[in-house]
Amino acid sequence: MSNATSHAAEGPGCAPIAFLPPRPDVLARRDEIMAALTELVSAGGVVRAPLALKPFETDAFVAYRQPPLAVVLPQTTAEVSAVLAYCHSARVPVVARGAGTSLSGGAIPQADAVVLGLSRMNRILEIDLENRTARVEAGVTNLSISEKVAAQGFFYAPDPSSQLACTIGGNIAMNSGGAHCLKYGVTTNNLLGVTLVLIDGTVVTLGGKHLDAGGYDLLGLVCGAEGQLGVVTEAVVRLIARPEGARPVLFGFDSSEEAGACVADIIAAGIIPVAIEFMDRPAIAICEAFAKAGYPLDVAALLIVEVEGAEAEMAAMLAEIVTIARRHGVRTVRESQSATEAALIWKGRKSAFGATGRIADYICMDGTVPLSQLPYVLKRTGEICAGFGLEVANVFHAGDGNMHPLILFNANDPAEAAKAEAAGNEILKLCVEAGGCLTGEHGVGLEKRDLMRFQYSEAELAQQMAVRAAFDPLWLLNPSKVFPLEGRPA
Amino acid sequence: MTLPSMSSPSMISPAMILHAPRSEAEVVEIVRGALAGATPLALQGGGTRAGFGHAVAAEAGLSTSALSGILRYTPGEMVMTALAGTPLEEVEAALAGQGQRLAFEPADHRPAMGTQGVPTIGGVFAANVSGPRRIAGGAARDSLLGIRFVNGRGEALSAGGRVMKNVTGLDLVKLMAGSYGTLGLMTEVTFRVLPQPERVETLVFSGLEDQAAAELMAAAMALPADVSGAAHLPESVRGRFLAGALPEGAATLLRLEGHAASVAIRAETLTRALGARAPLQRLGPEQSESLWRAVRDIHPYAEDGTQRPLWRVSVAPMAGPGLVAALRMEAGVDAFYDWQGGLVWLRMEAEPEAALLRGLIAKAGGGHATLLRANPAARAAIPAFEPQPAPLAALAARVKASLDPHGLFNPGRMG
Ligand SMILES: Cc1cc2nc3c(=O)[nH]c(=O)nc-3n(C[C@H](O)[C@H](O)[C@H](O)COP(=O)(O)OP(=O)(O)OC[C@H]3O[C@@H](n4cnc5c(N)ncnc54)[C@H](O)[C@@H]3O)c2cc1C
Ligand SMILES: Cc1cc2nc3c(=O)[nH]c(=O)nc-3n(C[C@H](O)[C@H](O)[C@H](O)COP(=O)(O)OP(=O)(O)OC[C@H]3O[C@@H](n4cnc5c(N)ncnc54)[C@H](O)[C@@H]3O)c2cc1C
Repeated sequence: MSNATSHAAEGPGCAPIAFLPPRPDVLARRDEIMAALTELVSAGGVVRAPLALKPFETDAFVAYRQPPLAVVLPQTTAEVSAVLAYCHSARVPVVARGAGTSLSGGAIPQADAVVLGLSRMNRILEIDLENRTARVEAGVTNLSISEKVAAQGFFYAPDPSSQLACTIGGNIAMNSGGAHCLKYGVTTNNLLGVTLVLIDGTVVTLGGKHLDAGGYDLLGLVCGAEGQLGVVTEAVVRLIARPEGARPVLFGFDSSEEAGACVADIIAAGIIPVAIEFMDRPAIAICEAFAKAGYPLDVAALLIVEVEGAEAEMAAMLAEIVTIARRHGVRTVRESQSATEAALIWKGRKSAFGATGRIADYICMDGTVPLSQLPYVLKRTGEICAGFGLEVANVFHAGDGNMHPLILFNANDPAEAAKAEAAGNEILKLCVEAGGCLTGEHGVGLEKRDLMRFQYSEAELAQQMAVRAAFDPLWLLNPSKVFPLEGRPA
Repeated sequence: MTLPSMSSPSMISPAMILHAPRSEAEVVEIVRGALAGATPLALQGGGTRAGFGHAVAAEAGLSTSALSGILRYTPGEMVMTALAGTPLEEVEAALAGQGQRLAFEPADHRPAMGTQGVPTIGGVFAANVSGPRRIAGGAARDSLLGIRFVNGRGEALSAGGRVMKNVTGLDLVKLMAGSYGTLGLMTEVTFRVLPQPERVETLVFSGLEDQAAAELMAAAMALPADVSGAAHLPESVRGRFLAGALPEGAATLLRLEGHAASVAIRAETLTRALGARAPLQRLGPEQSESLWRAVRDIHPYAEDGTQRPLWRVSVAPMAGPGLVAALRMEAGVDAFYDWQGGLVWLRMEAEPEAALLRGLIAKAGGGHATLLRANPAARAAIPAFEPQPAPLAALAARVKASLDPHGLFNPGRMG
């Protein structure tokens, strides 16, 4: 283990993000803890080989990494319960982990923590089409649920771009969204129940196949809690009938402002497409170079608007949308003519982060703003980045105001990295001032933990922490995340 | 302490003081005063809840009646912010003026519960009241984006915001929705709204038994038809709808809403797939409107001049008919179904039969039952909300204590 006593994760060129100081007594008991864990899980459940441990040091917030104390991969809810009960009594921090695709460092461990990976709990337990539900283990990937029911004409609606890899447990922890949540909502709107293991090993069931669970909406609280309240081992999710057809259409504009205003007008007209995605010129160029999706390169902003339904339904909606776009001076309108073309259009969008990563290092912001503020915030974002001498590419879910400015920089240049971080912080402040929030779907994690005071008062943070403590009084679950380290309850 | 303002007590016992603060600052002052004097508060919106559950053991009431008004409404963003005591009616009228509406179709339950008063938007969220569109548009809690509230420490806090997507910190908004005023007083609510559809139509299938109706509704929900209401009215209640104008026999209803062209296409889709199962009629916008309002407001069991026990039962959609059949073997009961069969309204002929009902729900795969109406003796004896397993109840108690450490708000309400 490198540098086990450091309190900060390593990051090339980035200001270190502090972790809670590791508990020396826990570090000293590592062998004893490993031995105890081995007894609690089935064969192969404790990862030992140094190479096999590597991937657990970080997630998709790759600028930071930190080797954990140990990694355990339980196979059942009972094993998860046993591991948590043990860690609770031994006062060892625990970080749950799905696929490690978190963009905010949510799954990055700390030196004295046991990583509890759900990857071996990846079974689809029950598909109940009449009640339109799927019961799955937490380590099941998002896409595999939709794949499982595709032949019967159903799907699971929230579709993060990472859906091939990310797990439903991670989706619940981050309340993940996707391109299509304008119509179908995010994870919390499609989640009916969970099996939750509390830090002392207690197993509780929240919700189920029925629509409204009794009592407090603890399910709503657990969703988006970033693994701070308990470990989810099973979930019941809503399945939805797949529409007959879906058609994305490309709209090119001469300015981001026009595109932004067009989005607001589409929504105001009472039309709710399934998706409205936005890209500015740099993003268009990057995605087109990677995916060859046929995006027009001579426009300043691109909207991908997707409508769905029967043929005549789509045609009627599109006609209205085109009329609105023309009022905003749309330059190019291109309907996809085939399923292949539609898939290509989405491939370009969904590979935006990966494609950007091939040409530069970037940090991805995730603030959400009210729709009416979009044009203003886009303009200011450009100005802020220019002020730091940095380039920015914007690609995001416009229909719900969830922005993703990608600030490009060179990670080998510490000065530039510091500028990128400073620009990012200013953009997030801007989002909050515009009536929005720090993060729409990627979560607070490590990344935005120290910015929480932009959005919340001390009393508000204290209240959230008090609720957190109702679940985990000793602060053992993913304790370095979400809440600023200073000002925590003793 | 000088009381900021008072109005005459309405639903709370006449001897009780009823605070009606006019600002968040006044709410804070009252709560701090109550904290100092260790005097619990009964929270209320329009006070339309009189018929429900256990009496709150409080000496003073805290009402949102003077916290009223729409603060911000931007139709282009489909978002409204209103003070919690704003009458629901005022909210709905303002939305209708812009061709919009609430997504979750809250009921006017006054006729069924035999209460009076003015339902407030805060009360609707506090009780997470959702009507037929719940199966398509989500519950009240799904529309609620942000709140301001005062907790049991007398702190004014905000949670959530006015954007659709927000994962910044814990989602206290969901927690406060449906907490029946036991965690804090919401002073301001911000919620998402939806455009009104251009056209509404209802397909009525006649003469199906409960089980066959549940199967038909499930088959309809499996089709790409965006059904926005699926209800089944057995023969015993059918006559209470549309002044008896529905066709003979039980009626199974499927509602379609949207662009006129879409609705026509989707009605065809449903007719083609399901038309052979039962005689089928189509109702236009006016009849649909009044039919679904009656489903929403539990009309068959409203104003029936009785205090016969009324239950609201939430189960897996396909479990509804089996549950009712099992209950019938042992007790006199009348029932109809909403939410594709998953929301069952039960009117008992005599006793509430709480233990029997709750036992059968557990056997049917789980869910919960809430007693909405009963005579005072029964109400005092029966937990209105489904009792929870011990570990969950303990967790809920800790959550309550984290917001209201001194048990100031609505003692006994959820017990
Ligand atoms: C290329 C790319 C594109 C992306 N696109 C999107 C997008 O469109 N929309 C979006 O919302 N996100 C997106 N993300 C972010 C990420 O994929 C999501 O946050 C995802 O939900 C994380 O799932 P995971 O299984 O990888 O979780 P992890 O990264 O392993 O963990 C994330 C958090 O969840 C906690 N956790 C994981 N499993 C459990 C469990 N069973 N119980 C309790 N806590 C748990 C962890 O402790 C951690 O805090 C993207 C990421 C990448 C890399
Ligand atoms: C237990 C219960 C179950 C119900 N179930 C249904 C149902 O299934 N379907 C249906 O249509 N109607 C139901 N109702 C009725 C529902 O409460 C009303 O439609 C709605 O609350 C009307 O608002 P009001 O202003 O009259 O609320 P009130 O009757 O005054 O209050 C309702 C509840 O919310 C609390 N409350 C009110 N305002 C606030 C606030 N600003 N902040 C915090 N708490 C507040 C109160 O303390 C009370 O517990 C139910 C009511 C109760 C009490």
